[in-house]
Amino acid sequence: MWDWSYAAEILPGLLKAFRNTIGAALAGFGLAVVIGLVLAMFARSRWGPVRWVIRSIVEFIRSTPLLVQLFFLYYSLPMLTPLSFSAFATGVLGLGLHYGTYLSEVYRSGIEAVPRGQWEAAKALNLSRVKTWFSVILPQAIPPVIPMMGNYLIVIVKETPTLSAITLVEVLLSAKNTASITYRVFEPYTIAGILFLLLSLVLSFGVSRMEKIMKRRYAG
Amino acid sequence: MNQQLAEPSAAEKPERPVADAKAPPLVQYEQVTKRYGELEVIKGIDLTLQPGEKLALIGPSGSGKTTLGRMLATLEKPTSGRILVEGESLWEMRMPSGKTVPANDRHLRRLRGNIGMVFQHFNLFPHMSVIDNVTLAPRSVLGLSKEEAHERAVTMLGKVGLDSKLSEFPSRLSGGQKQRVAIARALVMQPKVMVFDEVTSALDPELVGEVLAVMKEIARDSDMAMMLITHEMDFARDIADRVVFGAEGRIVEQGTPADIFGQPRSERLRSFLSRFG
Ligand SMILES: Nc1ncnc2c1ncn2[C@@H]1O[C@H](COP(=O)(O)OP(=O)(O)O)[C@@H](O)[C@H]1O
Ligand SMILES: [Mg+2]
Repeated sequence: MWDWSYAAEILPGLLKAFRNTIGAALAGFGLAVVIGLVLAMFARSRWGPVRWVIRSIVEFIRSTPLLVQLFFLYYSLPMLTPLSFSAFATGVLGLGLHYGTYLSEVYRSGIEAVPRGQWEAAKALNLSRVKTWFSVILPQAIPPVIPMMGNYLIVIVKETPTLSAITLVEVLLSAKNTASITYRVFEPYTIAGILFLLLSLVLSFGVSRMEKIMKRRYAG
Repeated sequence: MNQQLAEPSAAEKPERPVADAKAPPLVQYEQVTKRYGELEVIKGIDLTLQPGEKLALIGPSGSGKTTLGRMLATLEKPTSGRILVEGESLWEMRMPSGKTVPANDRHLRRLRGNIGMVFQHFNLFPHMSVIDNVTLAPRSVLGLSKEEAHERAVTMLGKVGLDSKLSEFPSRLSGGQKQRVAIARALVMQPKVMVFDEVTSALDPELVGEVLAVMKEIARDSDMAMMLITHEMDFARDIADRVVFGAEGRIVEQGTPADIFGQPRSERLRSFLSRFG
C-alpha cells in the first residue's frame, strides 16, 4: 500500500508548500495579534460611536465564515476598489482580520482582569491615556493571556487549508494536486496530515511551556 | 469657613503658612451632589480648602467620604454643582467668548496636576519595582529626565523610610511598606492638594503606626493641603486644622479638632464619637 520511494519523491514538493502554510499562519497570526489589540483598545474608547463601530465590525466578521471573507478580499475587492493582493497577502489579511476579532476577546479578558484601581492610580498620577495603556494596563493584561493566544495560533495553522480556495498552494492543496497527477492519494494526504500533526505538537508544547511559566510568574 | 484666621490653635502651629484671606480657596466644592442611579450619596456639599490646610473628613462608613475625595481627584464627576481648583471648575472650561463648555482632556489634565490621591488599597503597579512606580509619572507627566526623576524619587522614598527597597517589587513588601511607597509615588508629583482615603484601614493593626508616623511628618513639613479621610480620631485631632463630620451625604458639623472632639454639638456626632471610646 505505502510506497516509500513515491513518498520520498513527493516529499520535497509538499515541504515547499508546507513553508507557505507556516508562513501564512505565522504572518496571519502576527497580524491578528496587532488587529486584536487595536480592536480591544478601541472597544474601550470613551466615545460611544467608536465603541459601537468596533463592536459592529467584530460582530460582523465573527458571524461570517472565513471562506466568504477570503473570497470577498480576493475576488470582489479588486472589482470594487483599486486594491488587489496576491493570494498569499490576501490569505494573511483574511486570517489576520478574522482571528483578530477572536484575539480581541482574548485581550478583553486580560484587560478586564486588571483591577479598576490600576486605571484610577494612573489617572490620579495624571498619566496620559496612551501611557496608561502601554505602561500600566497592557503589561499586566497580556502576559496571563499569552497561552490563550498561542491556542489561536494552533487554530490558525489548522485553518490554512481554507486559503487554497483563493489559489494559495499550501500543503493540502499541494497534496491534492500531487494526487490528481499520480492518482495515488494515500501518501500525499498522509504526509500532509503528519506535517500538520508535527507542527501542532510543537506549538502545543510551546503553549503549555508558556502556561507553566505564566502560572509560576503570576501565582501569588 | 476660614477658621484658621480667628482660631487660637493656629498660633500653636507657627511654621504652617497662614492662608491669605483674599486669595481664592485652593479647593471649593459648590453645591455638589452625586448620585449613583437612584441613590443620592452626596446631597449638596459646600466645602473649601485653603492652601496648605489640613482637613480631616470623618463620618460613618457609607456617608460619602470616599466619593467626595474621588470627585476632587476627578475619578468621579459630580451629578450637579461644581468643584473649583484655584478658581477654575474641574469639569467646565470658560471659552474666550465667556461661554462655559464641558472640559476637555487637556483642561482636566492641567487641573489634575494640582491634585493627588492615595488610596485605601495602595493601587501600586505590581509589574514595576518600587523605584519605577515612583518615577513613572514624573518622567512621563512632568517630563523630568531619568536622572532627575530618580533623584527626586529616592529623596521621597527616603522620607517614607524605603530608600533601601528601590528595586523590590510590591508583592514582596508589607502592607505598611506598600502604602508608604504609594504615598511617595503621589508626593513626588508635588500636588497642591492630596486626598488620603483611609490609607491605614486596609493594614494589619501593627502596621498602622508606621504609616501614620509618615503622614504626620508630611503634614508637619509640607505646605501641601491635605484632605484626610480617616477613622483614626487621635491622628485627626493631632494633625488637622479643621475637622468636617459628615453623615448621609451632608456635612453635619465642622470646626477645629478641639471643638469637634471636645464639644460636639450634634447628637449625630456625639454618638459617632462615642463609638471610638
Ligand atoms: N460606584 C458606585 N456605584 C454605586 N454606589 C456607590 C458607588 N460608589 C459608592 N457608592 C455608594 O455610595 C455611598 C457612599 O460611599 P462612599 O463614598 O464609599 O462612603 P464612605 O467612604 O464614607 O464609606 C455608599 O452607600 C456606597 O455604597
Ligand atoms: Mg470610604
